[in-house]
Amino acid sequence: MQTPVTEIVWPLGVYAVAVLIMVTATLAISHVLGERHSGRATGEPYESGIVPTGPSGIRFSVRFYLVAMFFVLFDLEAVFIYAWAVSLREAGWAGYAEMVFFIGVLLAALAYLWRIGALDWGSIGRKSLDRRKEESRRDADDR
Amino acid sequence: MSDVVLHLLTIVGVLAAALTIAAGLIWGERRLLALWQDRYGPNRVGPFGLLQVVADIIKIFTKEDWIPPFADRAVFVLAPGIVFAAGLMVFAILPVTPGIAVVRLNVGVLYFLAISSLGAYGVVLAGWSSSSKYSLLGGMRAAAQVLTYEVFMGLSLMGVVMIAGSFDLGRIVEAQKNLWFCVPQFFGLLVFFMAGLAEAHRSPFDLPESDSELVAGYHSEYSGMKFGMFFVGEYLSITVISALIATLFFGGWLGPVLPPVVWFMLKTFVFIGGFILMRATLPRPRYDQLMALGWKLLLPLTLLNLLITGAIVLAAR
Repeated sequence: MQTPVTEIVWPLGVYAVAVLIMVTATLAISHVLGERHSGRATGEPYESGIVPTGPSGIRFSVRFYLVAMFFVLFDLEAVFIYAWAVSLREAGWAGYAEMVFFIGVLLAALAYLWRIGALDWGSIGRKSLDRRKEESRRDADDR
Repeated sequence: MSDVVLHLLTIVGVLAAALTIAAGLIWGERRLLALWQDRYGPNRVGPFGLLQVVADIIKIFTKEDWIPPFADRAVFVLAPGIVFAAGLMVFAILPVTPGIAVVRLNVGVLYFLAISSLGAYGVVLAGWSSSSKYSLLGGMRAAAQVLTYEVFMGLSLMGVVMIAGSFDLGRIVEAQKNLWFCVPQFFGLLVFFMAGLAEAHRSPFDLPESDSELVAGYHSEYSGMKFGMFFVGEYLSITVISALIATLFFGGWLGPVLPPVVWFMLKTFVFIGGFILMRATLPRPRYDQLMALGWKLLLPLTLLNLLITGAIVLAAR
């Protein structure tokens, strides 16, 4: 099937400029109209009413980083699936068979990640807790 | 010449409609929530409380536009702008009727996926630049959540693309003349709806800003219109996702008797109502449950859905 060629694109540019002007205007107007005040605690970050403690650069779970990596892996593979989806009829059964293999590999990778506990949240999963206990027991035995 | 005027009118119209609907939802959501919770909601300013929107806009514009001295100034100001602009930009490809759309792209679906994920930058940068613990945690949560749901938000639409054979939204609507895609692509619809909730950080998937844990998450330190832009940005993404559900799964402008514009609007409003009903009825899951749902259930299901759809489309060729 032939996809239609996009003939007129300039309205998108005009629209983008209009959006940009609107956003800038909104930010500027509210900056001019707003009141200004300065109290004793105005310049402090909000921490539920108590005096802020420590720097804001706190350490957060490494899981967030892992998710970002999985995203890069899986979304990149998703792009190949997009290309297949739009050309499904041209690619035919041969393309389909290749895609079954591709998605199979993807699912296998997902199963592997699932198995090693990479998809579980919480700082110490049950599995790693058990493993840690076992390791400490083994250490005690060695001694 | 008249062609140019027509295009410019469309641009102004789409922009005005998007903003009116998103701002109107400030009132609409409160009224609907009140209805489902057996109370009145805002009903004092103007008929049915409709002018509450105007009052809110005046109020929020005259609130202090505070930029925290400890924040990264430039990024702090930029972040709400990114969210707002990304929300508005997606409206450009919505085919309201066969003739009315700001632009008709043959890569419409990809354009939507690309621009809507730009909105995530705004949220993450807001959380990071605020230099506040709650904001940072909210921003990180938003990042991980949006990345997770992004993966299969796109994939859930590929079933529709397979049947229609095109990324062009207009073509996808035309391909639904005989049967709306909500029937053959029911799983796609389910997954897309859930991913849409997560992308717009709407409850029950509003963990980046869950007020009972993180105060207000990534926008804890925002005030005045900058906060308002996050707020309206959320309504913009609800509107866009509702309009896309209507376009991709429920035949867009197609429908008997009534003119196409009315059908499109009607369907969109039904799904906006659905979003609000979700908020009125469902409790918020834990963060680990949200991530587990995404990676362990929705992603494999979406991939299987694609394989099955592909086989059926090829067999029926």
